[in-house]
Amino acid sequence: MTNITTILFYGIGGQGVLTAAEICARAALLEQQDVKKTEIHGMAQRGGSVESFVRFGSSVYSPLPVDGKADVLVCLHAEEHARFSSKLNDGGKDISPFLTRADAAVGENKKFINSYMLGVLAAQLTFLPSTWETAMEQVFKRNIEENKTFFRQGFIEGKRA
Amino acid sequence: MVDLLTELIYRLLSDNTVNIIPAMAKKPTQLLSGNEAVALGAAEAGLGFASGYPGTPSTEIIESLARLTDIDCQWAINEKVAFEVAYGASIGGLRSLFTAKHVGINVAMDPLMTAAYTGVNGGFVVVSCDDPGMGSSQNEQDNRLLAQAAKIPLVEPVSPGEAHTFVKEAFQISEDFDTPVMLRMTTRVCHTKQNITPGIAQPMVRKPFATDIRKYVMLPANARARRTGMDQRLAHLKDYSEHGPLNTVELNNRKLGFIVSGVAYLHAKEMYPNASFLKLGMSYPFPADMARSFAQSVEKVVVLEELEPFIETMCRLAGITVQGKHPSFAMGELKPEFVPLIVDGKEKTTVLAAARKPALCAGCPHRLVFGVLRTLGLTVAGDIGCYTLSAIAPFESMHTCLCMGGGITIFEGLWHALKKNVVGVIGDSTFMHSGVTGLMSAAYNGAKGVIIILDNGTTAMTGGQPHPATGTGLRGQKTKQVKIEDLARVAGADEVDVIDPINVKEFEALLKQRVSEDKLSVIITRRPCKLSC
Repeated sequence: MTNITTILFYGIGGQGVLTAAEICARAALLEQQDVKKTEIHGMAQRGGSVESFVRFGSSVYSPLPVDGKADVLVCLHAEEHARFSSKLNDGGKDISPFLTRADAAVGENKKFINSYMLGVLAAQLTFLPSTWETAMEQVFKRNIEENKTFFRQGFIEGKRA
Repeated sequence: MVDLLTELIYRLLSDNTVNIIPAMAKKPTQLLSGNEAVALGAAEAGLGFASGYPGTPSTEIIESLARLTDIDCQWAINEKVAFEVAYGASIGGLRSLFTAKHVGINVAMDPLMTAAYTGVNGGFVVVSCDDPGMGSSQNEQDNRLLAQAAKIPLVEPVSPGEAHTFVKEAFQISEDFDTPVMLRMTTRVCHTKQNITPGIAQPMVRKPFATDIRKYVMLPANARARRTGMDQRLAHLKDYSEHGPLNTVELNNRKLGFIVSGVAYLHAKEMYPNASFLKLGMSYPFPADMARSFAQSVEKVVVLEELEPFIETMCRLAGITVQGKHPSFAMGELKPEFVPLIVDGKEKTTVLAAARKPALCAGCPHRLVFGVLRTLGLTVAGDIGCYTLSAIAPFESMHTCLCMGGGITIFEGLWHALKKNVVGVIGDSTFMHSGVTGLMSAAYNGAKGVIIILDNGTTAMTGGQPHPATGTGLRGQKTKQVKIEDLARVAGADEVDVIDPINVKEFEALLKQRVSEDKLSVIITRRPCKLSC
């Protein structure tokens, strides 16, 4: 099972947590991976905690992450951070520290934080950037170019760090 | 907006990124949720009709059918109606699908229990989407027990991929054995997406219709005859369960064997990939011989299932020695890390980290109404919808919430006991679902007081589905519109007012006046949902 990559997305309703996870899952599909993406979304639009998990590799069993086995944490809201910190594996990447940079980069347009953070995530993974952009084109209905711009900024920051 | 330097750095960095995954030639696959997979599988099985009422986690099945196909499908006003219409289409010869969340199946139990007697014509699949952990539900009942109570076969996929194929098998079982079939999903199957390759679609099934009074008219004499036949049907279904394709054995390491159903199978494979498995895609009727033989072939047998000890009980009734789960695991979802604890016979110790509570959206018209209810200190019987969030701080102005329609009926009951300052609150879609029956009953029985219908023009809680009072159909088409104010009047309300709750002062004055009167009043607070309209 070592070839499975597990990514956790979490935040609160309205931040684009589920959209970010959907783009990641689509990127994995475009890269010919076996993918499972799961979410709890009943209260997603109403400001409650939102979580979504993406797992991909040659053959994925459970859609849920196992404690201490997640590879990357993508947190879009600082207050939600504690909920999943125990899930990360020893060599895992917590990209939550990039949240403040994302916040500064997008300025007033907080809805682009998810694209910036996807860029940081993309820098940790092996998918081609063009794959991510194709996935973004499939998922975003509006502001595709702006989202790509912030994705690129996040990608660069992620590679630099 | 594009910064040239950014673009350049991006390209440079991109060139260093290598796609290390060998591109395997595969058939075109899509990332589909369990609900989309049910819709796709049903369409490929020659589905002719589908009906349901929205409810998390089931909603996207009907929505996907509407979006992806041109099959005749609809939102009905409630689950009982949806079930009966879908059943009628089956009797008429079409392959027919009914969808509901677990508590929605309760609403449809009356027709379900007797449809199990009459059987079907075209295949009829009842999709029950259970919600272990109550992510968006008022209880977490295990509807496998309802399939058993109705004596109908129970098909349970572990993943979206299986949902895609099992729904087709369910239609075949329904026709071969002349019975409704329950396809039992859970939130984790409904709302997980995975790679799915579409199959070959067969043409729409249209079986000949012939009147058959002894089969379809459940007078006691006919029902007695059908009841006798059900035992024989269950015996045949048990043979199918023992030898058909839905229950499978994987013999690997013989030290540990799991008897498992649903998504729990995937959690067990994650934690014990080398163990042996009896995977039950059909746990009712229970394949007792298969389970006995499996149990004899491994050293230790652990039953792994979400919610009630359903399979465990079946094993014990069949005299098979198994280890079940500690009762602490009968509540909430199973998670991969729980599996070793269950294998070791331990208790659940994990405490979930507190999740942020949802709240009524900023700009939600319901906020205005509940602000006034809180100010006036009225006793409020509530109902199911976004507005149930008014029970949470800062409003804390809803005092009961039990079931769909309860905002009016529990209001009436409270009025019989308290006689004053009681208000019932219900949403527009919920009023259509089962509120109007309660209103008629309250008027007929002389109840007094105020019922507030929160009309935001949609079924907001489940993502904004239309209903008869919106005048719009499932595919967005214009249709006949029910006027809530007209319906309230003919149901027997003494006064019916329509007000925009943005006029808070006027609303407060009106509510005070109506509460002080010896009348049964309906106030419709009409303002569209900010999200859905």
